[in-house]
Amino acid sequence: MQKLALSDEILLTIEKPARYIGNEVNSVKKDLNEVDVRFCMCFPDVYEIGMSHLGIQILYDMFNRREDVYCERVYSPWTDLDKIMREQNIPLFALESQDPVKDFDFLGITIQYEMCYTNILQVLELSQIPIWAKDRTEKDPIVIGGGPCTYNPEPIAEFFDLFYIGEGETVYFDLIDLYKEAKESGCSRKEFLRKAAGIEGIYVPSLYQVTYHEDGTVKEMVPTQEGVPQKVKKQVVSDMTEATYPEKPVVPYIKVTQDRVVLEIQRGCIRGCRFCQAGMIYRPTRGRSLEALKDYAYKMLKNTGHGEISLSSLSSSDYLQLKELTYFLIEEFGKQGVNISLPSLRIDAFSLDVMSKVQDVKKSSLTFAPEAGSQRLRDVINKGLTEEVILNGALEAFKGGWNRVKLYFMLGLPTENEEDQKGIAYLAQKIAEEYYSIPKHERNGRVQITASASFFVPKPFTPFQWATMLSPKEYMDRAHLVNDTFKEQVNRKSLSFKWHDAKTTILEGVLARGDRKVAQSVYEAYKSGCLFDSWTEYFDYGKWLEAFEKTGVDIDFYTTRPRDLDEVFPWDFIDIGVTKDFMKREWKNAIEEKVTPNCRMQCSGCGAAMYKGGVCYED
Amino acid sequence: MKIRMKFSKNGPLKFVGHLDIMRYFQKVFRRAEVDIAYSKGYSPHQIISFAAPLGLGVTSDGEYLDAEFHSVSSSREMLEKINEQMNEGIVLLEFKQLPDKCKNAMSSVAGADYRITFRDGYYEEEEFLEKTEDFFAQDAISIVKKTKKSEREVDIRPMIYDMKVQDGHIYMKLATGSVNNLKPNLVMEAFCRYLGLEHEPFAFMVHRLDTYLEKDGELLPLGSAGEEIL
Repeated sequence: MQKLALSDEILLTIEKPARYIGNEVNSVKKDLNEVDVRFCMCFPDVYEIGMSHLGIQILYDMFNRREDVYCERVYSPWTDLDKIMREQNIPLFALESQDPVKDFDFLGITIQYEMCYTNILQVLELSQIPIWAKDRTEKDPIVIGGGPCTYNPEPIAEFFDLFYIGEGETVYFDLIDLYKEAKESGCSRKEFLRKAAGIEGIYVPSLYQVTYHEDGTVKEMVPTQEGVPQKVKKQVVSDMTEATYPEKPVVPYIKVTQDRVVLEIQRGCIRGCRFCQAGMIYRPTRGRSLEALKDYAYKMLKNTGHGEISLSSLSSSDYLQLKELTYFLIEEFGKQGVNISLPSLRIDAFSLDVMSKVQDVKKSSLTFAPEAGSQRLRDVINKGLTEEVILNGALEAFKGGWNRVKLYFMLGLPTENEEDQKGIAYLAQKIAEEYYSIPKHERNGRVQITASASFFVPKPFTPFQWATMLSPKEYMDRAHLVNDTFKEQVNRKSLSFKWHDAKTTILEGVLARGDRKVAQSVYEAYKSGCLFDSWTEYFDYGKWLEAFEKTGVDIDFYTTRPRDLDEVFPWDFIDIGVTKDFMKREWKNAIEEKVTPNCRMQCSGCGAAMYKGGVCYED
Repeated sequence: MKIRMKFSKNGPLKFVGHLDIMRYFQKVFRRAEVDIAYSKGYSPHQIISFAAPLGLGVTSDGEYLDAEFHSVSSSREMLEKINEQMNEGIVLLEFKQLPDKCKNAMSSVAGADYRITFRDGYYEEEEFLEKTEDFFAQDAISIVKKTKKSEREVDIRPMIYDMKVQDGHIYMKLATGSVNNLKPNLVMEAFCRYLGLEHEPFAFMVHRLDTYLEKDGELLPLGSAGEEIL
């Protein structure tokens, strides 16, 4: 029988002990005597969140296909176990073997959102690995970061030995091979890192020196050794159909956020919304072939026993064979009691037909993401969705029996004025009017329109990377103005408006566009008890403010300070294919309220064509 | 047709809760591609029900679940097919067809057998083993049952059908189910008090041996209601 790292007493004291026992269906067991490299893959949040992440499932499967590599998983212990592990000095362990993470060759951490930074430090500390990369010795695992936040790794750069910039399916095996060689030839950690920096896409922070201007902005970032590249080039899968994909994903015992088969139909997005980082860093847009997806659907459902399958992409409606794929899934699996879930669909005749087939119209809601309240501002952000499209879509849906609508907006967008803000309420009211334009006997009770707004955070590698943020008070004022406007609407009883917390926004803002100086603040915040910052019940803004204060980091420098068009950004050393010139052009277009066509309508020369694949080479 | 299955749950699987075991089985049946029945509607689900929920940390060799099937092959073949999809620590032991009018597993449960093992480092187990007979011989064993609203005294002695010592373990047969339900931990808590000892909840490892229905005043394994499919 499998051994466990934790005693029965501990497991029976903590919440959801099944988070820590491993042994899930399709988890991989290997004989340690037959592997050369042990890789521990980490999602620095609680099990249920981490297990829902597709990227880890892909890499876990990819690594374990190699006989000489054994990849295991670890997640953030929840606060109850965290406390016990500290008290009893229990080292953090991987789920499969239940062995301490510190005994592995690699610890790979996927970094999906800024609010997990303190959890990264928790994983390191509980693993008994020095938090700062410079303090690690030959016996410590190589700590690697990957994922969207590594497109500006600087605020956490000094906690990592290296970063993998780009899509994991490409050069990871080169890194593993290099490591094996280094291990066999007895070369030092430092030497290995220097060689690793020579692999395209690998960024070794300790091999670069950053200097600053007097005003605190970056002067330059230079390699400190020969053979270390000036620029780190994002790695991209050129053919998605050929790329590796898991046929037997791990099936958790406990209910996780994404408890279903996930089919990644496409990577990237043709739309070019100017606030969206994913829309830029995953360029060029690349789809998987219909045949491959059908085959994965069969195999993955069969191998997991999941009762639901979901399509994953940034914008499913732009996948060219979406109709064929959707009708195939409904035909083939619907009758076997498999639910089909289709997120990120544009509302049109096709999606309404599909939705009416796969869900109970009375219970489900329509979702629109206009992001901004007025057409003017939607042009600024390059969100192609027009009011006409929204209203027509809603009317068609209402005729089909729907009566619930969800609307997603952002507040605090560049150039946003009062009219744009009030426009959120006006748009919701107009949708309600569409509903009441239907004769009473054909309606399905009262309409419910729920609008919610988050506050905009400018992200690196977007045209809005030059944008300024607002103070928490200004964000709240805007939210209140929208809320007051909602209350003035004729159909206010059918409308509701919710908004997010502005404090998280500020912190995200600092971390998203931060530089190496911010690392001390992250460390200080963690040491003062910040953890699980993405969980509202644990987020402690006060502690963060103290940490910034104590480490001499000025929040406004990162949030509200206007950035010069020629400022060197901390993340400029990364080459994502999409050029800074393109971003500048798009920033200018935004100010001028000029819309840029999507990639299929017309190429805008963003630079991603250098990757020789995807939408850039469609006929 | 109605099917009753018996399974064991051992090892680390004891940390997987009742609801998650239900979801686990739904996925097992899908992977095994057995012809199980689904409810109608937009989110169809398998029609399965469990006999008596097992507490977290408790292992068992006598768990039961009922499910509705459209078609089946022999019990032996079905066991093989389903067990191929099961994880280490959880094994399907019986697959039997129930008569059409049979009460479901949950409402049939009347009793269960348990084995208590002493975990090292808490008590001198001899103290318990020597006194088990005396403890059981009492006319009444009253405990304070706490509910959200009130506390009241309950005599649990009538719900202990049998209690004895064998090979260093305590065995007990307890009332289980919707009418009367007594958990082994509660008996051990009362036992500690009887011995004048502080109750240590982690001192006892509980293992369920089998779950019973009542027929003509006799407790029989739940599986006895079904017939082997040949």
